[in-house]
Amino acid sequence: MSAAPSIEHYVSEHEAQRSGLPGAGVPWLDSRRSAAMGRFAELGFPTPRNEEWKYTRMSVVEKTLFQTGIKACLGLDEEDIQRYLIPGLEAWRLVFVNGQFMPSLSSRRSELPENLRIASLAKVLSEDPAALEAHLGRHADAGADGFAALNAAYMADGAYIHLPRGRVAQRPIHLLHIATAQEAPLFCQPRHLIVAEDSSQAQVLETYVSMGDGGYFTNAVTEIVLGANAQLTHYKVQRESEEAYHVATLQADQARDSRLVTHSISLGARLARSDINSVLDAEGAECVMNGLYLAQGRQHVDFHTRVDHCKPHGTSKEFFKGVLDGRARGVFSGKVYVHPDAQKTDAAQRNANLLLSSHAEVDTKPQLEIYADDVKCSHGATVGQLDADSLFYLRSRGLDPQAARSLLIYAFASEVLSEIRLEPLRLSLEEELIRRLPESQDLNELVA
Amino acid sequence: MLVIKDLRVSVEGKEILKGISLEVQAGQVHAIMGPNGSGKSTLAHVLAGREGYEVTGGSASYEGKDLLAMVAEERAREGVFLAFQYPVEIPGVNNMYFLKAALNAKLKHQGRPEMDAMDFLTLIREKAQLLKMNEDFLKRAVNEGFSGGEKKRNEILQMAILEPRLALLDETDSGLDIDALQVVSEGVNALRSPERAFVLVTHYQRLLNYIVPDRVHVLAHGRIVKSGDRSLALELEERGYGWIESEAA
Repeated sequence: MSAAPSIEHYVSEHEAQRSGLPGAGVPWLDSRRSAAMGRFAELGFPTPRNEEWKYTRMSVVEKTLFQTGIKACLGLDEEDIQRYLIPGLEAWRLVFVNGQFMPSLSSRRSELPENLRIASLAKVLSEDPAALEAHLGRHADAGADGFAALNAAYMADGAYIHLPRGRVAQRPIHLLHIATAQEAPLFCQPRHLIVAEDSSQAQVLETYVSMGDGGYFTNAVTEIVLGANAQLTHYKVQRESEEAYHVATLQADQARDSRLVTHSISLGARLARSDINSVLDAEGAECVMNGLYLAQGRQHVDFHTRVDHCKPHGTSKEFFKGVLDGRARGVFSGKVYVHPDAQKTDAAQRNANLLLSSHAEVDTKPQLEIYADDVKCSHGATVGQLDADSLFYLRSRGLDPQAARSLLIYAFASEVLSEIRLEPLRLSLEEELIRRLPESQDLNELVA
Repeated sequence: MLVIKDLRVSVEGKEILKGISLEVQAGQVHAIMGPNGSGKSTLAHVLAGREGYEVTGGSASYEGKDLLAMVAEERAREGVFLAFQYPVEIPGVNNMYFLKAALNAKLKHQGRPEMDAMDFLTLIREKAQLLKMNEDFLKRAVNEGFSGGEKKRNEILQMAILEPRLALLDETDSGLDIDALQVVSEGVNALRSPERAFVLVTHYQRLLNYIVPDRVHVLAHGRIVKSGDRSLALELEERGYGWIESEAA
């Protein structure tokens, strides 16, 4: 059986580009990239036959051959990117345009802290690959699907964040990804590695934006390694072009007493699929996964989460909400796997969906697999429409029906945003939520 | 102010109100009493404009206008207010914002300038004091986590701010302890005026010890079976609804 043309395309492109990838020639790196390519050639892109992709069809990758390899970027300057920054957020910033790190748009070296490492992956791959050997590609790729394998085969740029033991990052670290309109549809494959050693602490924000409204494909992988007692808060805001495809995997490995908090906000893209996985591989580890997805028109948004409780006294809390309008389609699949050793696990999962149109659809699938006997696990999933009693209550106080609807949608969605502790980000997201709602000007007063 | 003539209302094909006629003048307080299932709450909801009720006959006019032709928000802006039997919780929206949005919707409708934050704060503090409500309530989400009595007080607070011409109170007294009942009643009494009318829908006579009605009507099986002055309520308290239902049958 010969491989599908799209698979051959990425295999042959890889053959042509591999020797030019940063760090090429470093034996461990060459072998990880080749192994990943082999895995991709074998797996191909996921199809609905794969249970984890049952509701999300990636037929676009069969129809379009996206251009791999980083393309030259337009000469953007500081002014061009202002509107993609979070107002009031004092952050250390790495900017990537079409997947390539742009030093001229990023925080200057002199502005970055000396006691931690915040660098472009490409640079570290070229200059100091040994620093990456222990973790790069070691976490996200075991059992990964074709997308994660493809990212590993081509991994070239992204961010490398290293927090030495006990260090606390004094500012959030903002990884800003900008896609620009190009003649050929691009395949951007950022790869981030965050290594937080024992008792270190940081906040990392990934944002994805588009300068045009063209089609392209983002296939991102973020690997997170938390040492004992390390604390990481990770935010991701996806607002790609509505013609774009966005697939992303976040894979975390957590040591004893570490705490990972993730907030994933999905607003853009024609199709967005996010896998968020964490392995709690030592006692007392905790992870919090929050998410909000808004979709309209023909947008498709899919969140798959997986938490592996491997050792006792682990805690996981998941809270995802979705608002779907038009003919939008949502998918939530949350897997909590409690291994036999993981006694005293405390796991809770909640997914609530609001359907604003009779053509919008959502598939929500909580899955608990529990192999320990002394655990506390709960899950709940709801799908509903705006509450008629609440609407009447607001209208009976004189509110216009559209304003009443917007108020209730805002109230529903902002519950997730209110969990965000990074104030400037929370404010800008709440304002953005309000802008998307009709007859909602007055709602700005609620943002505080 | 409110003239209801032979009003007939069905829900899902079942006739609930079977020809109600009622006239309420400005300045009056009317009490509508009756056993469970008699149609009291349906009447209040139909007058406030809730969807899902089919008016199959009769009419209701408010200040000379066809009330039933207006949508819920129009009625509210024109000065009709319904205090809910079960006020709805709205997590994520603070009470202060909600009250201000409601007041501004009405002011805008009347072509008057909207109220700014400072003036509104002064107004709401004054009204909250009247209802012995802690200012914390204003910052909390609408009715979320409120006790039954707090929810009812919050309804009266909304009424005090919106200053309706016609106030419909749907079982506002149900489930209140005596202290809360007194506070709520004082709030209502403070709003009584020659320009304003009240329709109190209630199951219990007790409320009428605190808010003295001009007229009392007894509703049974979708009809007003008896009307009278306050002494009718006292008689009901003593004898229950049984005699009136059998008299009407």
